[in-house]
Amino acid sequence: MHNYFPQTDADISTMLQRVGIGSMDELFAEIPESVRLRKDYDLPSSLSETEIREFFAALGDKNKPLTCFAGAGAYDHYAPAVIAQILLRSEFYTSYTPYQPEIGQGTLQYIFEFQSMISGMTGMECTNASMYDGATATAEAMFMAVAQAKKKNKVLISATVHPNVRAVVDTYALFKGIEVAEIAEKNGVTDKADMEAQLAIGDVTGVIVSTPNFYGILEDYSGYSEAIHACKALLIMHADPSALAVVKSPAEWGADIACGDGQPLGMPLNFGGPYVGYLSTTKDLVRKLPGRIVGATHDVDGKRAFVLTLQAREQHIRREKANSNICSNQSLMALYVTIYMALMGPEGLKKVNELSYSGAHYLLDELVATGAFTPAFDQPFLKEFAVRTTLDVQKLQSKLVEKGMLGGIALGSYKKGMEDCLLFCVTEKRSKAQIDQLITIIKEEML
Amino acid sequence: MKQYDKLIFEHSKKGRTGYSLPENKLPEYSFKAIPVALQRSLETGLPEVSEPEVVRHYTNISNRNFGLDTGFYPLGSCTMKYNPKINEEIAALPAFSSLHPLQPAETAQGALEVYYNLSQSLAEIAGLAAFTLNPFAGAHGELAGLMIMKQYHMKRGDLKRTKVIVPNTAHGTNPASAMVCGMDVVEVQSTPEGTIDVEALKPLLDETIAGIMMTNPNTLGIFETEILEIAGLVHAAGGLLYYDGANLNPLLGQCRPGDMGFDIMHINLHKTFSTPHGGGGPGSGPVGVAQRLVEYLPNPQIKKEGDRYFFVDGKDAIGSVSGFAGNFGVMMRAYTYILSLGKENLRQVGELATLSANYIKESLKEYYELPIKGICKHEFVFDGLADKSTGVTTLDIAKRLLDHGYHAPTIYFPMLFHQSIMIEPTETESLETIDEFIAVMKKIAIEAIEDPQTVKTAPHTTPVRRLDETTAARKPILRYVDLLNDTPES
Repeated sequence: MHNYFPQTDADISTMLQRVGIGSMDELFAEIPESVRLRKDYDLPSSLSETEIREFFAALGDKNKPLTCFAGAGAYDHYAPAVIAQILLRSEFYTSYTPYQPEIGQGTLQYIFEFQSMISGMTGMECTNASMYDGATATAEAMFMAVAQAKKKNKVLISATVHPNVRAVVDTYALFKGIEVAEIAEKNGVTDKADMEAQLAIGDVTGVIVSTPNFYGILEDYSGYSEAIHACKALLIMHADPSALAVVKSPAEWGADIACGDGQPLGMPLNFGGPYVGYLSTTKDLVRKLPGRIVGATHDVDGKRAFVLTLQAREQHIRREKANSNICSNQSLMALYVTIYMALMGPEGLKKVNELSYSGAHYLLDELVATGAFTPAFDQPFLKEFAVRTTLDVQKLQSKLVEKGMLGGIALGSYKKGMEDCLLFCVTEKRSKAQIDQLITIIKEEML
Repeated sequence: MKQYDKLIFEHSKKGRTGYSLPENKLPEYSFKAIPVALQRSLETGLPEVSEPEVVRHYTNISNRNFGLDTGFYPLGSCTMKYNPKINEEIAALPAFSSLHPLQPAETAQGALEVYYNLSQSLAEIAGLAAFTLNPFAGAHGELAGLMIMKQYHMKRGDLKRTKVIVPNTAHGTNPASAMVCGMDVVEVQSTPEGTIDVEALKPLLDETIAGIMMTNPNTLGIFETEILEIAGLVHAAGGLLYYDGANLNPLLGQCRPGDMGFDIMHINLHKTFSTPHGGGGPGSGPVGVAQRLVEYLPNPQIKKEGDRYFFVDGKDAIGSVSGFAGNFGVMMRAYTYILSLGKENLRQVGELATLSANYIKESLKEYYELPIKGICKHEFVFDGLADKSTGVTTLDIAKRLLDHGYHAPTIYFPMLFHQSIMIEPTETESLETIDEFIAVMKKIAIEAIEDPQTVKTAPHTTPVRRLDETTAARKPILRYVDLLNDTPES
């Protein structure tokens, strides 16, 4: 028997006897013979653990890990050693959704901490137990806006929101029958006049913007919430929770819903996932919030305890009347960012941003000093920025990859008219020496 | 052991730090240069704690959790099978975990090969043409799958097909996914045996039907033997068949959804393919389709040309359902599992899981009411105790099991019965574990008659006992600051 199966031949005989049948085959006797699989799958034979290790080592050699100067939705921040080790406690990772709170207080407690911390970062009053990723969290925020409006069915989204987030919002909207209109961008930021003009047309129930935006720019959203609320619409702000340690929070901008991805909170890049989405809102809208929510309560002996609550909103109760079909969350990843935020604290997160800011602004200065780059926009930014270059974008990227570096993301595939642009990102993990090395390689390329 | 119930915030003291960051070598670039109007003034409320306190806190709260490595989870429809340790080791390999999702395909060939090979392996197991691995969970896969169903009809100009048929025994996500996809739900009734009533289905099949969603075996653990007739009827009416893969485990090695006539399906990698549930996620819900639907799979789509792997966006794709390409770390674990078992052992999964379920059912049917008799697949449902005279409910039995060191079964689902207890043992529990569980279930059934009060007030030995869920919902306390401001009602 394979090492994952505890049954011996004698055990199987005992069990067959109790069931009153003579063979395993009889367990499947009711399946029409024409669809019975009477052969093995066309798949490889079983590998031993040593062979598995060799197999993946060889596959890993086909990857080329690169020193990361890219962001665009996935950020290479420092991951404290503590987190990966705690996440390997199997009391956490092998547990199910805490539907039995008496034996799930560990999970319920860290989700409560997650909700508290994300609410703190966004400044919002409530946060759910986490979402799949930042893009789907934004699509669910759009659903909330439509659900609260009853008859209105139109959402505006700024052109400066990450195109991947926009793509998911568009897909969800298309199939649900929600109209999505774009707010134009102007010099890298949302065109407020265009938003106001579109709000004036009417029927808008939500406006989606982001901070920092796709280009890394910190937009000034002064007056947005007033204009949007005057039209009885909601302000939805997609925000990098790491940046929120220093930049103005969604609550301070007057947002009704904050959403985004927790990946910048020290999570490994992991080729795109698993990450963790978050979704926060006001007390008034809590009953429109999808997904699991943990609340504090007491047990029969008066002991403080935590429990999944407000479940009347969810699909397993409301079925086709639910506002969302979401069932699970990204619980273990919520634990990841909760431990991260606990370790970093307010001061650590400030330092992360300060170091990232310093590195990014130094890199921009050095790029401009080469004479081959100019800032794409004259706007304030934190750790990520767009530049135009006179160099061949593709050749430059290849050269950097050859030297083990992931340079900026080419913006041409995302934005018309930006074929000569790159989006660079610097986190606290990038040393001055690494930045200098990047510049040296670029200078070589210019020769 | 000492009872521990602190929150991390309760360890906070101004001046403590838990991080290790380098000195700023470029202090002349200070973010204070950012306009003040764009800077935050609100406190974050994050705790200030040292590293050892963080480690001890999370270790202590982990002790308040029950996991698969702690004990048996007879949780119906959740397929709580052993999570192999090698999967974790492989998923953590830096050669994969350090890859940026947007780095050039040439520098991520190993990762792309994992994505491609896993999708191909699932296609072989499902009997379908191709899989996307982008959806993040089962419900997310359902949504993507229904979008594909809708797109198929739209691309054919068949715009009136807006309804999806869902059995009344279906998981709640099925009708909810249809709603999110902008489709209307039509419920089809079950026969007294718990399978779809084909005669009730027939009149529903008109030109407004986009398709039907089914699980097979269904949520009662019963194989829908009339599946070929159902597939013939739905296809003849112009609809498609969606297979909810939540119950795929018993069919491993036995039969394939594609061969039964299903056009679209999702698989829960965190059920059938052994990836950890993680206390509620991350999961993964790959979606497979028949050949004529391949072009509609969500972006990005995986392609292989010669020996080279890459992602592309398809022009007829439904669009994107994920920021990048899904929960890659979960895919690494599932692929490791498939390679570890290999074709020889994969076929035993279905047999052993099914045998274990039937063994438990036959051993307990005198003590618990078994509404649907005969051979089940991976799971079965009791309708409460055989003797209900003492008023002991399914909830009480579930809670009493916690005292004996078991997770509870799935309870009050399916809603076909009032006292549903849904049990699924999986293939990774030993006969000894199963026998001990059976003995405890019998003991509780007897205790329900001899000492019902003890069962009704269970659990007694868990870190906390039954909770006041009513107050939690009536007066939600969802953050630490709300807890601090909460004044108990006198």
